[in-house]
Amino acid sequence: MENMVAQDERMAEYLEVADEVAAKYAGRRGSVIPVLQQVQERVGYLPPEVMKRIGERLGVPPAQIFGVASFYAQFRMAPVGKYVVKVCHGTACHVQGAGAITDALCDELGVADGATTEDGKFTVESVACLGCCSLAPVIMIEDNTYGRLTPDEARKIVREYGD
Amino acid sequence: MAKTGATVEVTVGLSSCGIAAGAADVFSAFQREFKEKGVDARLRRTGCVGMCYREPIVDVVTSGGAKYTYGELTADRVGRVVEEHVVGGKPVDEWLVRAEGRELPDETYYDQQVRLVLRNAGVIDPESIDEYIDAGGYEALTKVIKEMSPDDVIEELKASGLRGRGGAGFPTGIKWDLAKKAPGEMKYVIVNADEGDPGAFMDRSILEGDPHSVLEGLAIAAYTIGAQEGYFYVRAEYPLAIKRLRIAIEDATERGFVGENILGSGFSFKVHIKEGAGAFVCGEETALIASIEGQRGMPRLRPPYPAVKGLWAKPTNNNNVETYANIPWIISNGAAAYAAYGTESSKGTKVFALAGKITRGGLVEVPMGLTIRQVIDEVGGGVPEGRSFKAVQLGGPSGGCVPVEFMDIPIDYESITKTGAIMGSGGMVVMDDSTCMVDIARFFLHFTQDESCGKCTFCRVGTKRMLEILERITAGEGREGDIELLEELGEKIISSSLCGLGQSAPNPVLTTIKYFRDEYEAHINEKRCPALSCKALITYDIDPDKCIGCTVCAKKCPVGAITGERKEAHTIDQDLCTKCDACRQACKFDAVTVR
Repeated sequence: MENMVAQDERMAEYLEVADEVAAKYAGRRGSVIPVLQQVQERVGYLPPEVMKRIGERLGVPPAQIFGVASFYAQFRMAPVGKYVVKVCHGTACHVQGAGAITDALCDELGVADGATTEDGKFTVESVACLGCCSLAPVIMIEDNTYGRLTPDEARKIVREYGD
Repeated sequence: MAKTGATVEVTVGLSSCGIAAGAADVFSAFQREFKEKGVDARLRRTGCVGMCYREPIVDVVTSGGAKYTYGELTADRVGRVVEEHVVGGKPVDEWLVRAEGRELPDETYYDQQVRLVLRNAGVIDPESIDEYIDAGGYEALTKVIKEMSPDDVIEELKASGLRGRGGAGFPTGIKWDLAKKAPGEMKYVIVNADEGDPGAFMDRSILEGDPHSVLEGLAIAAYTIGAQEGYFYVRAEYPLAIKRLRIAIEDATERGFVGENILGSGFSFKVHIKEGAGAFVCGEETALIASIEGQRGMPRLRPPYPAVKGLWAKPTNNNNVETYANIPWIISNGAAAYAAYGTESSKGTKVFALAGKITRGGLVEVPMGLTIRQVIDEVGGGVPEGRSFKAVQLGGPSGGCVPVEFMDIPIDYESITKTGAIMGSGGMVVMDDSTCMVDIARFFLHFTQDESCGKCTFCRVGTKRMLEILERITAGEGREGDIELLEELGEKIISSSLCGLGQSAPNPVLTTIKYFRDEYEAHINEKRCPALSCKALITYDIDPDKCIGCTVCAKKCPVGAITGERKEAHTIDQDLCTKCDACRQACKFDAVTVR
């Protein structure tokens, strides 16, 4: 019961964020993507209620909002861990062993690729090129990029974030 | 950059890859050392120097003007450089990678390069408009506005022979002319900086290293076609590029190079940044336009071309980052100087992101007409020792793998297209004998299948079917007839897709079948991966004659598949082994074999 109250309160907060961001873009063309980006930046993901609210505020049908949100890789429909470990799978990283990095990280954290750890701390995510090809293989956590990795070094890095 | 005083100048390369290698820490280490020791030296930042394989890179320019470049200069090495070189005046020889008057191995990295687009990258501070102006920046825009008519600009571009650097190679002068002639009061210009090709980082490096050059090129385009507004469409994965671009736009607006009534001419031009949300197909211009309009980024049929009916249905010119960065140089130096570089049909230079199995990977700019071999061997230093060169991947998911027998073809649009690859935007990923070509084809198909927008059936379903076939071949379940089926599907997808994504998606498969058919056949008929890369087709063993029983591999094995007594030969339980390669990497006696 308490849990549900907390959830409702959190959702109310999310909806407020949606209202606030949408208000900045009122009447401007092509604002769906930047509004979704900014709301996700603050909320962490895009719950259905929030997308519906954004649609109402921008005067765009919710189906269209969902269509845009589901089209682009950046938008998430589920919450993610505190740290998103982005494992680059660009061409250079692929030929330099990105697969082994993903395997090592999933093994270290005990999750499947794309999933979040039970304690909500880490999400492992395979991404397309991060553009640091000469440092391949590369991972990115928050705004920090780590390059020239071995599977063991990748394990060490997430361990440091875990402490 | 011209030196401002008689003090020593220390410049740290702060591009994304430099920072990833620790350059930000290096910068603060210099700051700290200078402050603590009261050193009178100037600390500067710059963008990508291009020698990515040496990051972090630091230049020390002495009061006499001599320049010394340090490579792999991590923060812990800063103290010694400050003490011995900046203060003591004696370079730390062992960490130097380039210095005037010395024969260091990296000197040859620049021998074949001609840096027009990258003229300022790694030289000026990308966050300083003054340094850009000192380097001749905004001279071209001023010249265009004060002395040239739009038609003069178009004639100059046509004479220069500049072609679109996004990949297709459409002549830029003609493109601008179409947008200029299109009727309409309101027009737009767009910079396509949605660099989605895996293995490419040219646009990021240009925007991080010299954002004003792109902005100046864009302003010239706006003046020429008569546009009032411009958009930078930049990948959200490039936060540093976006940050530096914002600074550039703000500063240029303040100085009157963009904004209202530019240089008192009555011409006004407003610039916006749109962050892409992660969709490879948005590299296609009509999809990109749909994305700026806030819709799903799905391409539409052309004609009408964006030059006639583009953003918000108005005439729109869209070019890639590198194309725009060329413009100010061409205007300032003249079309003839530009056309002096290159071949009959491809003029000027091309920027490449050199990566993969290469000794000196980095950002390089070479004149068109240089051979692929020259770029890989002379600039890039070839594949690392002990390996042999197999192929180079050009053009990313739309391109193809060019095998060793074509290494001597010149780099120009037509010659590369003849191999089945494309020039593309400039990704050049080198592959050696340990790279499986079937796996590379699977890798790219996985990418394009994932990125297909779903509009055209052949692209949506066809790439999925091709991927399934490639997955089963690399899993050792290939069947007779699979190669022919891949070829048939590939041809149909090419002929039945609306946009460039679908029309080129089969290229990585078709080129690898064309040049490496034997590898496909080995996978299918012999259930063998010649590159020893596909996990389902390889086995790890320990050579009992070489194993000394040091137990390192058993400790490294994450699944406990290796057993054995200390000082006795170990064995691998094949049922448990996940072929993660950890044991082979850990073994100091080369006892772990792969077959």
